[in-house]
Amino acid sequence: MLENALQGSNRYWGWIFFLLTLIGIGFICYLYQLRHGLGITGMSRDVSWGVYIAQFTYLVGVAAGAVMLVIPKYLHHYNPYAKVVIFGEFLAIAAVIMCLLFIIIDIGQPMRMMNMILHPTPNSILFWDMIVLNGYLAINIICGWNSLLAEKKGVPTPGWVKPFIFLSIPWAFSIHTVTAFLYAGLPSRHLWLTAIMAPRFLASAFAAGPALLLLVLLLMRKLKIFDPGPRPIQTIAITVCYAMIANVFFMLLEFFTSYYSNIPAHMHGLDYLFFGLQGYGQLVPWMWTAAVCGAGGILLLLIPPARRNYLILTFACAAIVLSTWIDKGVGLVIGGFVPNPFDRVTPYHPTLPEIAIAVGVWAVGAFILTVLYKMALGVRTERRLI
Amino acid sequence: MYDAGKVIIGLVIFFCFFTFAFWYNMGKAAPAPKPKLDTPVIKKMVKKQCIEGTHFMRTTHMQLLNHLRDQALRQGNRWYTNKRGEKVWISLQNTCLKCHSNKKEFCDKCHNYVGVDPYCWDCHFDPNRSKL
Amino acid sequence: MSMDRRKFLKIAGLSALVGLGGSEAFELLQPGALEASEGHEVEGGAKKAHEEGPYAGDKIRWGIAIDIIKLGENPAMAKKIITTCHYEHNVPNWGNPKDEVKWIWEDDYEHSFPDSYNDLMAEKVEGMPFLLLCNHCDRPPCVRVCPTKATFRRPDGVVAMDYHRCIGCRFCMAACPYGSRSFNWLDPRIALKREGRKLNPRFPTRMRGVVEKCNLCVERLDAGKLPACVEVAPDIMIFGNLVDADSPVRKVLRERVSMRRKIQLGSKPSVFYLV
Repeated sequence: MLENALQGSNRYWGWIFFLLTLIGIGFICYLYQLRHGLGITGMSRDVSWGVYIAQFTYLVGVAAGAVMLVIPKYLHHYNPYAKVVIFGEFLAIAAVIMCLLFIIIDIGQPMRMMNMILHPTPNSILFWDMIVLNGYLAINIICGWNSLLAEKKGVPTPGWVKPFIFLSIPWAFSIHTVTAFLYAGLPSRHLWLTAIMAPRFLASAFAAGPALLLLVLLLMRKLKIFDPGPRPIQTIAITVCYAMIANVFFMLLEFFTSYYSNIPAHMHGLDYLFFGLQGYGQLVPWMWTAAVCGAGGILLLLIPPARRNYLILTFACAAIVLSTWIDKGVGLVIGGFVPNPFDRVTPYHPTLPEIAIAVGVWAVGAFILTVLYKMALGVRTERRLI
Repeated sequence: MYDAGKVIIGLVIFFCFFTFAFWYNMGKAAPAPKPKLDTPVIKKMVKKQCIEGTHFMRTTHMQLLNHLRDQALRQGNRWYTNKRGEKVWISLQNTCLKCHSNKKEFCDKCHNYVGVDPYCWDCHFDPNRSKL
Repeated sequence: MSMDRRKFLKIAGLSALVGLGGSEAFELLQPGALEASEGHEVEGGAKKAHEEGPYAGDKIRWGIAIDIIKLGENPAMAKKIITTCHYEHNVPNWGNPKDEVKWIWEDDYEHSFPDSYNDLMAEKVEGMPFLLLCNHCDRPPCVRVCPTKATFRRPDGVVAMDYHRCIGCRFCMAACPYGSRSFNWLDPRIALKREGRKLNPRFPTRMRGVVEKCNLCVERLDAGKLPACVEVAPDIMIFGNLVDADSPVRKVLRERVSMRRKIQLGSKPSVFYLV
C-alpha cells in the first residue's frame, strides 16, 4: 500500500519537499539543542516546561479526538462515517507520534529515556502516560492498517481487529485523562489543581481533534482529492460544536470557583492569563483571542445555514482549532507556572530555535499524515470507490 | 530478475561501502595500551593492589563501579567489604582517584583504545586539578 | 519489607499464576508483612501521630531549624552559609535568573511564606532574611512524580537525587511546592570555568540536562559529619534527629515558636523557621 505514497502530482511532491525542509531545519536546531542543552530554549527555573510540553498536551487531545468518529461508526453503525473513519484513525497515529517526539525533545537526557522502562515507577503519572500513549499508537496502527488492507482486498475487516477497535474507545479517553492527571495532581500549582481538568481536557480534545480533521477533509474536498459528502461533514461539525460548548462551560466553572471563593492563589493563574498579574500580561491578548474565537466558532456552528456554507464552516473550524490550541498549547502550561512558588512572575518567551524545533515536529506529523492519507486515497482509487 | 545488472551493481557498491572500515584499517591494528600505575600514592604502597584482584578489576570494574555507586548513593551504605575482608570507603573521587590520580594515563588510555566514552567524567573530575 | 524486589516479583508472579487473590499472595510472603508495610505508609498519619508522635516507626529523621532572629542579627552569615554550601557542592553561579542553579538562598518573609503572608506582621520579621532550601519533606511530591526513581526518599528522611538516573523530564520541578529544584539548562562546568573559582575536589559537578537540589549533605552525613551549612553556622542552623526527643533540634523546637512553609499541602517539611 505504501507504493501509493511514492507516486503523485507535482503538487504532492512540492508539499512533501516543503515538509522535509521544515523537518530538516527543525532537526538541525535539535542537534544544536542536543549539543548545548535546553538552555537554548526560553525555559527557566520558574517556567520549567514550555512550548514542547504545551504542544504535547494539545496533540494528545487531537489524538483522542479520533474516537468521536470511531464511536458512531462502530458502536452505532453510523454508516456515513464509513469512508472517513480511517482518516480519523490516521490523524490519531500522526498526533500520537508528534506527542512522543515532543516528550523526547523536551527531556534533558534523551539517551537515558529507557530508564522509564528499566526502573518502572507506577506511582509516577508519566509512567502511565508512556504506557497509554504507546498503547494507543499500537492500537491505531493495528486498526487503521488492517481496515485499509481489508478495503484494498475488497473483504470485510477481519474479526480479530474488532476487539482492538472497541478497545481504542476507552483507550482514547484514558490517554487524555492520564495527561490531565500529569497536571491535576500537583500541589501548589493552583491553575492545574482542579478535578475538572480531565473532563475539560476531554471536551477540548473532542472539539479540537474533529475540528482539525474537518479542516483537512474540507481542504481535500477543495483540492478535489476526496469528497466525504455533506452528511459526515455536518455530523462532525455538530460534534465539534457540542464538545466546544462543554469545553467553554467547564472553563467558566473554573472562573466561578476561583473568583467566587476569592482565594488569591486560585485567582492568580487566571489573573495572569486573562488580565495580567504584577504588571505582566504577555498572554492577555492570546487568551482573549482564544475566548473570542471559541465563542465565535460555537455561534457559527450552532446556526444550521451557516454550518452548511463550507466557507463559513471552514472559518468556524479554524476558529475552534485556534481557540483550543491557544488554551492548551499556550496558556495552560505557562499559566500553571505563574506565579512561581514565591509569588513572583517570571515571563517566558520561546526562542527561535525552540520554535523551529516545535515546527519541525509538527512537520513530521503533517508528513506522516500526508503519507497515510495518500495511501488510503490510493487504495480507494484502485478499487474505484471514489 | 528484472534489472539484474543494476541490482547486482547496487549490491556490490553497498557491500564495499558497508565493509569500508575493515578494508581501510586492515593491517593497521593499534597496539593494546598499558595503563600506567606510577602515581605517587601507588609508588608508596608496599603491596601494590587495588580493592579487588587485578584480573577482576580489569574485566569487571564497570559492573563493580555501577554496583557500588547504587549502594552508596541509593542505599546510603558507603562501605564496601572486598574479598580480602577489608572495608573500603566508596567514592570515585576520594578513593579510586586518590591512587589512580593519573586519569589520562590510566582510565582514558584504555577507554580511548576500545572507543568507549563513559559518562563518569561529565560530573566527576580528577581531584588533583582544582580547576576544570 | 525485608526482601528484595526480585524475590517479591517472583512470588507475586507465581501466586498470580496459581490464581491467588491479592491479599492471600501477600500473606504467602510473610505473615503480617502487608500490615507492616501499610503501617509504614501511613507512618506519621493521624492515628499513629496521636499515639506515638509524628515520626514513630523511624529511627532517624534528619531536620534543620533555622534561627531567623539570630540570622537577622547577623545578616552577613546568610551569604557565608550560601557560599559554603555552593562551594561544597560545586554549584555554579550563572549570574542570570534564566539558567540559575541554587541549593540554598535568601528571600524575604513575604515571598518565603506567600500563602500565609500577614500584612500586619511585626516590622522586625518583615525585613528579616529567610534561608530557603529543599525541605526534605516526609511526603515529597517530587518523589511521587519522578518516573525513574531518580529522586527518592532515604530511610533517614533525606530526599536524595541520583544524577546518574535522572532523565531531565522536570516533572519534579513542577511538583515541588517550594521551588527548591534547579535544572541544568546548560553544562554547569561552563559557568564554573567562567567564574574561575576553586572547586571542591571531594565532590563532583553535575552535567547538563539533570535536575539538582540540596542533598542535606548526605555525603557528609554518611561519613559522620554535619551538613556544611550547620558546620559553618551551628547557632543559626540547628540540626538533629527529629525522632530523638533529646536532640538539639527537638529541644529548640520545644522552646521556640516555629513555622514551616506551606504546611497546608501536607508534604510535611523538615525545615523549621524559628521566630
